[in-house]
Amino acid sequence: MVELGDRIDVRLNNRVRALTLAIEQAALPGVLEVVPTYRSLAIAYDPLEVEAERLTARIAETLRHLREIRLPPPKVVRIPTVYGGAYGPDLPFVARHNGLTEEEVIRIHSRTRYHVYMIGFAAGFAYLGGLSRRIATPRLESPRLRVPVGSVGIGGIQTGVYPAETPGGWRIIGRTYVKLFDPLREPPTPMDPGDKVQFIPISEAEYLGAVSQQPSAPGGTPELAAGR
Amino acid sequence: MEAFKVLRPGLLTTVQDAGRVGYQKFGVPVAGALDQTALRVGNLLVGNAEGEAALEVTALGPRLLVLADVAVALTGAGMEATVDDLPLPPWQTVVLRRGNILDLGRCRWGVRAYLAVAGGLEVPVLLRSKSTCLVAAFGGYGGRALRAGDRLSVGAPAKPLEELEGRAVLPPDSPDPDREVLRVVLGPQDDRFTPEGIRTFLGETYRVTVHADRMGYRLDGPAIRHVGGADIISDYIPAGGVQVPGDGKPIVLLADRQTTGGYAKIATVIRPDLDRVAQLRPGDAVRFRQVTAAEAQGIWRAREAAFRRLAAEIGPPERRRSYRLVVEGSARTVEVEDRGLALAVSVGGRTVTVAVAPAGTRGLEVPSPLPGLVTAVHVEVGQEVRTGERLVSLQAMKMEHEVVADRDGRVAAVAVRPGQEVRTGACLIAWEASAGGSAAD
Repeated sequence: MVELGDRIDVRLNNRVRALTLAIEQAALPGVLEVVPTYRSLAIAYDPLEVEAERLTARIAETLRHLREIRLPPPKVVRIPTVYGGAYGPDLPFVARHNGLTEEEVIRIHSRTRYHVYMIGFAAGFAYLGGLSRRIATPRLESPRLRVPVGSVGIGGIQTGVYPAETPGGWRIIGRTYVKLFDPLREPPTPMDPGDKVQFIPISEAEYLGAVSQQPSAPGGTPELAAGR
Repeated sequence: MEAFKVLRPGLLTTVQDAGRVGYQKFGVPVAGALDQTALRVGNLLVGNAEGEAALEVTALGPRLLVLADVAVALTGAGMEATVDDLPLPPWQTVVLRRGNILDLGRCRWGVRAYLAVAGGLEVPVLLRSKSTCLVAAFGGYGGRALRAGDRLSVGAPAKPLEELEGRAVLPPDSPDPDREVLRVVLGPQDDRFTPEGIRTFLGETYRVTVHADRMGYRLDGPAIRHVGGADIISDYIPAGGVQVPGDGKPIVLLADRQTTGGYAKIATVIRPDLDRVAQLRPGDAVRFRQVTAAEAQGIWRAREAAFRRLAAEIGPPERRRSYRLVVEGSARTVEVEDRGLALAVSVGGRTVTVAVAPAGTRGLEVPSPLPGLVTAVHVEVGQEVRTGERLVSLQAMKMEHEVVADRDGRVAAVAVRPGQEVRTGACLIAWEASAGGSAAD
């Protein structure tokens, strides 16, 4: 585990990203995978292929040259979102709580380009940074048992998208048709740590049109398993 | 090829392989078999790659109809498994025939057992693995546990079934006498705990609570003190990571864990000892013992070397024995071949197959778990015996093996003596039926 600091901060996170890239590009023998988080990087390795001391030395050397790593420019991942109505049952509460109209909440939420700090907690769940304090809203006192997949929410000072139908305590303000996690796709998520996310307000008609064109549920159905 | 139809699914039966490596940065849990040793040995027995997909069975096993001839091996927890109501010997390769009913039954000890099948289970490979990711509902068999009516397919075996049949390994001590002790490397947030907290963690005994599953095991016991709060900026949780939230009670995180979390982690249980966790039940005691990172690496290397040796040793066992039978002055040669569930007895060119366990005393017999030589008998008729006490010592595959009691009971019969050769399934001792029960089932 390489710890680069102890705060949530875009520059620190970019150092984690740079180190991740450097290690992946170096293709060091014995490295199985790397997991970047807010401010640290976990490196999984096979002790039969590489000794811990050697790997640590290689990583230290990489860290010394971190400034020279050219990070690819972050891509902006667009998340078309239908706000409010049946898709955003908590939008009225978020507006009232912050003394704003619903339109103002939508404008503030969709104006920011959020930084993807890491993907964790659940498959395809992106920790986004940069939510405006003006629309920060406390979580539900009692979480919903089921939050529809693709729901866009605000929980305290965080915002994000539910990649699967799960229980959840965030205030739901909208929904996207974008698949945040698809095990049939490589890579399985549309964003990487370091990318930017922009929520794009769309109409219900546009949302329903997009949904109707999507293939059905992700892979691993019993029919596939029967090996026909 | 379709191999099994699920008649009864069991408590939680899922397809698991060595795990899904390389996708944790997308928040995808590694999943995979919780007892990796049991999975790997099972696969070696049936000639598969060690990490091939098998069925992970939890506590109550499934009942399966066999649809085609297959070779299987059952490893891990001690299950009361049967094939057409005859005991299925564990830790060895058995050929099942079309029409057999395989019932994995209940767990006598441990929690998780593995049914490896020659050719491996055929399910789609998603993100480079066949494992079931229950939390994200994908992978394995439709992203879920098996249900009645499901049909499982298997691939082509690496060797003909007759060559795989009878391959066996020495079963591990059942249950593992070391299972209470989990070796740990301290960190990465051990500096968030007081010295007293660390002493508590390493010195006290904890108990597994009922909140124990594939994601993690919550333990109860003396609270471990933090310096400042338990919250950290969310970071990566390794397999075996021990989180300590505000209440001071440790949680050991396992294969289906969330990839990141916000509670301080005092230590990491070393990989080989996660197999022990896989077999712990609610109420079981746990103690943590510190090792250094270097020692942990040494333990890992030693274990892998043992696997390499095992892989080289697994082969057809000594299955054929000849006897001289003298009847009324006339001598005949009798050949007996051990076929796992049955014996083939050949005399004068004719062969008869007999089933291993005689009816009537099923459940009261203690069968030999493998073929070997009896070196010592530790009990006598009429003796009261407690669970875990030694019954018979066997020498097999150049190693000593102790057969221990799996129950409290009184010995009704001792069927062997030192110096005697026994085959798998041979009756060693028989228990008295308990009052109110009957000998037949």
